[in-house]
Amino acid sequence: MTQHQTIRSSPRSTEPLLSVRDLRVTFQRRDERAFKAVDGVSFDVRPGQTVGLVGESGCGKSVTSLAIMGLLPKRGNTVEGEAVFDGDDLLSLSPSQMRDRRGADIAMIFQDPLSSLNPVITIGRQVTEVMERHQGLSRKEATPKAAELLDRVGIPDPKARLANYPHQLSGGMRQRALIAMALACSPRLLIADEPTTALDVTIQAQILALLKELVVDTGTALVMITHDLGVVAGLCDEVNVLYGGKIVERGGRHGLFRQPRHPYTVGLLDSIPRLDAPRGEKLNPVPGSVADNLPWDSACAFAPRCSHRVDVCTREMPRWDGDDVVGFRCFNPVGGPR
Amino acid sequence: MSDPIDPAVAEDVRRPSYGQRRRDRIDALAQAGAVDDTPGVSLIRGAWLRLRRNPVFLTGAAITVCFVVLAIIAPWIAPWDVTARPLLDEVRPQTNPVPGPQPGHPLGGDDRGRDLLSRLIVGSRQTLIVGVFATLFGLIGGVILGTIAGAIGGAVDSLVMRIVDVMLSIPSLLLAFTVASLARSPSQWTLIVSIAIIQIPIFARLLRGSMLAQRSSDHVLAARSLGVKKRAIVFRHMLPNSIGPVIVQATLSLAVAIIDAAALSFLGLGNPDQRQPEWGQMLGLAQRYISEAPHLAFYPAGCIIVVALGFTLMGESLREALDPKTRR
Repeated sequence: MTQHQTIRSSPRSTEPLLSVRDLRVTFQRRDERAFKAVDGVSFDVRPGQTVGLVGESGCGKSVTSLAIMGLLPKRGNTVEGEAVFDGDDLLSLSPSQMRDRRGADIAMIFQDPLSSLNPVITIGRQVTEVMERHQGLSRKEATPKAAELLDRVGIPDPKARLANYPHQLSGGMRQRALIAMALACSPRLLIADEPTTALDVTIQAQILALLKELVVDTGTALVMITHDLGVVAGLCDEVNVLYGGKIVERGGRHGLFRQPRHPYTVGLLDSIPRLDAPRGEKLNPVPGSVADNLPWDSACAFAPRCSHRVDVCTREMPRWDGDDVVGFRCFNPVGGPR
Repeated sequence: MSDPIDPAVAEDVRRPSYGQRRRDRIDALAQAGAVDDTPGVSLIRGAWLRLRRNPVFLTGAAITVCFVVLAIIAPWIAPWDVTARPLLDEVRPQTNPVPGPQPGHPLGGDDRGRDLLSRLIVGSRQTLIVGVFATLFGLIGGVILGTIAGAIGGAVDSLVMRIVDVMLSIPSLLLAFTVASLARSPSQWTLIVSIAIIQIPIFARLLRGSMLAQRSSDHVLAARSLGVKKRAIVFRHMLPNSIGPVIVQATLSLAVAIIDAAALSFLGLGNPDQRQPEWGQMLGLAQRYISEAPHLAFYPAGCIIVVALGFTLMGESLREALDPKTRR
């Protein structure tokens, strides 16, 4: 494991770099019922590890990442719980302390590479800006480093690209540029929020390969947020499946794919179109939509859409059955109880 | 006897107030410019390609360029000095107060025997100076207020915008008139300041609207996620992306500023010094002879109309070219 060399302050690699405990995010608008977007999420990210957060739209995966980064708007949101990064609870840091951490220790990559770049300044300026901010470099000192970074993320002719504006780059190049910006100050944790969703399939594969390569080379821990189980299968060491703001199943990549326990995970896996399926076979989507959720405190939120439902599902909240490596939250798991 | 609600009255009730209509117009403009689906540079390049073939824009630009060039070279091409009185001998206060056109004086003279054409040509300078400086100061004031409101938000935003709304609810010329009449001795600076003040709320509201759209944009979120400081976010990421509609509005405001300046000057609130002719001032002086010599009013008024038209045509076609909704 060569990653260990780059781990700076953790004495042992098994000690988590980021430890999220009972994270809760509530949206409260005036005169409206509070909405629990994230309802008690806990997970660990160890140095060099890649952790996936998987779920459909509205399950709280993006909100989780924005809450950890301290990027949720202050008004109308309450964030509770802990997100301990390197000994400090990120959620209780002051805004300016958090600003110093963002970009330097933790960075983020977003979904839409075009709208995430500033259209009126050059790529080079956007990459050097981060280094000027966190490493106290002058623009002159930062420019050759920016060219190196662009080279490292696979942008051809990096020196010329520095002078380009975002619209002059292709979609894949833009996402590479965003990755370069995020990696400019060698953060120890990278959060990627659906980094391949806006790209076409061949470019998706290239970007995922690049992320994998960078994670292995630099020892950066990666939190991969996605709705695409294919991405998870290729990249993640550990997978957390979210539903309605709670983690419903967790497991290593192999275990989870080989023997999913929670009916929702099973549904997600079944709904993937397969090339080797016989012609004419219909897809198996999970019935219903997120709008059918029950509140977690008195039932299982997934119960209305669940094919494995038993009576107790609508009366009681299922407890977490397992530990912080594997587990699920279900009364009637696929394959019987543990 | 008829219906309890007279349709005409009901119509009137539904009609938004004066201030509301002005606010809506400004917001629509901010919205149009804030749509961020095309990147900045190609948007401008696309707009230029469309403008180059747009006869309306070309007409407006031609008028504007002629006017600006005229104002710059005015003292050299004016056939007579504006203070000289070559036609003094022709003035007969009782029978012929205003000398008509004659050789060497194609437009004739004014009531003091000065050459009208020369005064018209030189008058373009004052008009341009007042229009440009009033718009410039209004732009600066509006950008400062709009940036404060859009960048800080919250209570500061509410406070600034309520002040702006109050100013917008007062008819602009009336407000300018009030401000101008506070001056001890009127000069062209009175005009500039009072017209700048009525422009400030327009620019402020416009900029604040597009700043707010920028604040929730993806690239600002991305910059925040990299720990970029607030000041850099405001001045490097938000302001350059939201200034577009403000610049377009400035082109349109130039025309309004010129007309308003002429109006105030006509009412005697401008520069009274006749050694510095100005079209609004000339219009005011022409009042006395409006029945005997209507051409004395016609020429400066015509100049004001043509110049204002030039700026408006240019500004409107610029706005249309940059507005994604009207793009073909």
